[in-house]
Amino acid sequence: MADETPSFDGFSCPLPIDRYPHVLLAHGGGGKLTHELIERVFVPAFRNDDLAPMHDGAVLSPGTGRLAFTTDAYVVHPLFFPGGSIGDLAVCGTVNDLAMCGATPRYLSAAFVIEEGLAMADLQRIAADMRRAADRAGVTIVTGDTKVVDRGKGDGVFITTSGIGVIPAGVDIRPTNMIPGDVLIVNGPIAQHGIAIMSVREGLSFDTQIVSDTAPLNSLVAAMLAACPALHVLRDPTRGGVASTLNELAAQSGTGIELEETSIPVDDEVRGACEILGFDPLYVANEGKLIAAVPAPSADAVLAAMRAHPLGAQAAVIGRVVSDHPSVVTLRSSIGSMRIVDMLSGEQLPRIC
Amino acid sequence: MKFVDEYRDRATVETLTTAIRSAVSRPWTIMEICGGQTHAIVKHGIDRLLPEEITLVHGPGCPVCVTSVELIDRAVAIAARKGVIFTSFGDMLRVPGSSRDLLGVKATGGDVRIVYSPLDAVALAAKNPDRSVVFFAVGFETTAPANAMAAVQARKLGLTNFFLLTAHVLVPPAIAAILGSPSNRVQAFLAAGHVCTVMGYEEYLPLAERFRTPIVVTGFEPVDILHGILLAVRQLEEGRADVENQYARVVRREGNAGARAVIAQVFEPSDRTWRGIGTIPMSGYRLRPAFASMDAEQHFDVGHLEARESPLCIAGSVLQGIRKPHECPAFGRECTPERPLGAPMVSSEGACAAYYRYGALNHGR
Repeated sequence: MADETPSFDGFSCPLPIDRYPHVLLAHGGGGKLTHELIERVFVPAFRNDDLAPMHDGAVLSPGTGRLAFTTDAYVVHPLFFPGGSIGDLAVCGTVNDLAMCGATPRYLSAAFVIEEGLAMADLQRIAADMRRAADRAGVTIVTGDTKVVDRGKGDGVFITTSGIGVIPAGVDIRPTNMIPGDVLIVNGPIAQHGIAIMSVREGLSFDTQIVSDTAPLNSLVAAMLAACPALHVLRDPTRGGVASTLNELAAQSGTGIELEETSIPVDDEVRGACEILGFDPLYVANEGKLIAAVPAPSADAVLAAMRAHPLGAQAAVIGRVVSDHPSVVTLRSSIGSMRIVDMLSGEQLPRIC
Repeated sequence: MKFVDEYRDRATVETLTTAIRSAVSRPWTIMEICGGQTHAIVKHGIDRLLPEEITLVHGPGCPVCVTSVELIDRAVAIAARKGVIFTSFGDMLRVPGSSRDLLGVKATGGDVRIVYSPLDAVALAAKNPDRSVVFFAVGFETTAPANAMAAVQARKLGLTNFFLLTAHVLVPPAIAAILGSPSNRVQAFLAAGHVCTVMGYEEYLPLAERFRTPIVVTGFEPVDILHGILLAVRQLEEGRADVENQYARVVRREGNAGARAVIAQVFEPSDRTWRGIGTIPMSGYRLRPAFASMDAEQHFDVGHLEARESPLCIAGSVLQGIRKPHECPAFGRECTPERPLGAPMVSSEGACAAYYRYGALNHGR
């Protein structure tokens, strides 16, 4: 006979904190309001068994194997942008850093520095985005902290997340593994995140359908590792874009890199926006992209595995690792000439004309 | 991507480079005047496809690079004032003045903002009636219509808190100054397609004739630039000195009448000091008397400014095409995009930054 007793598992009060439409300094004071903020915003959003005891720290049982551990601070303006929010970034960014170590991400911490006056509804939306992203990535947010700073001393909210992941046996991913002959693969069109953010910045807004590529890449990485456990290097080209990431890899491994401009996937709309703004897509940030250095014999298998995954459907070989010009990245341009692709210096600024 | 890919087509590029090779019989020096073209040349590696007889030199057509240090210092002084919102195109913010740049002002509390259109600055002024909004009106003839439009719009809205710090420069007087210089080695010019889109190319006819120098109005894509070079080489080889229009898909002889009209309504020609080059007569725009109330230089008294430049920097020679960026002893050493000594290392259109970024380090010629 079916149990007719209603279940309250997973139930959370959907009501906002009506009395306080905005975060007050007192919400960070450690007293009743802090308690209320945690109980009514973060606990319902992040609810899980490891968080439930509400102790000073989470006690975890990650199992055997080597651990990967990473931390990242997230500041973005605006807090909500086409294709995501600071909440999505704070989870996906840290998950991706773990995934780039070849680890299976398991646990996250989240610390919030909230500016007095932030709309409570925005904070709830950010927390909900974090939960959704965490579910998508298969990680749990097991511990956290909140502080509130005076109005004008923050940019809405800053979030710091740290993450722990477990590295499967036999996986060894590090920049120094990269050797001449390796094939470089990207999982899809680049430069979407940076341009999406740019499109909604005050003073620079323009109409576009471009959305951020923010996504957790760990399941894609798992599929790639299944196809080739001996993957040499994984790296997510976030700030500084593909060009800066490849320069770092070339320098760390002491190898050269040759890119083929026509092979690098860039959506037409992103290309158009870059042409207008005077940006080079190679230097624009990504939040759901990875570059893999794959041993040549496994390249086809890895590419096939990536293309079978929703986050790698447009995966492409963009170049290869060479022994010529150590630590230097070159690019064969679309017209067949060669040039050097340098590190980004400063930030790309929109040009005059 | 339509309207771009066909002008970056490898087969067309090969056809053009072959044609250039067969047209050239002796060494020629050609200057592309515009920084946008310099950028395209190094970004696509166009110079490496040319026969060694052809030397490309990079002209003073980067508005960020040629804005005088005195004017940057003035911008810095105005931007640091309380109650001012200082707006500018992005790459102007990093140009070093005598002591600091606009980003430095921002870091120490100045309200410095990047805008993409001068009309955004007008909107800011309308939204902040208790603040003074200053727009750094930089650029060649290309940006002048939009900047003039901003002044007209501010007038229409009755704004009294919108100001222009005008740093406009003009191409034809610069070409005349380069060709008239005793150290000149430029034998033909690629004129800037976007400038001519606004102004047309009639004002280049007397220059070509007076200095017996071919001038080819040229676009910005690899196919455009190579085609422009081909037309220039053919003229040089045949001993002609005409004005030709390679960029006919965009540029008309008389330019854009509406754009020219709004420029004429707001601006008038005036002498202008070019960074690293000196004062060139009637080579800039200033606001007409009817718009003098918007002139930031007049409105904000910043006192006497003593402009100082690095003695190492050879920007002047680079901008006149006398020396190449990598021939500067400071290039890539004391002077890098992170710590620029001179403006051409700052702007993405600056010859030094273009050489640095796209690795023309190993260019032998």
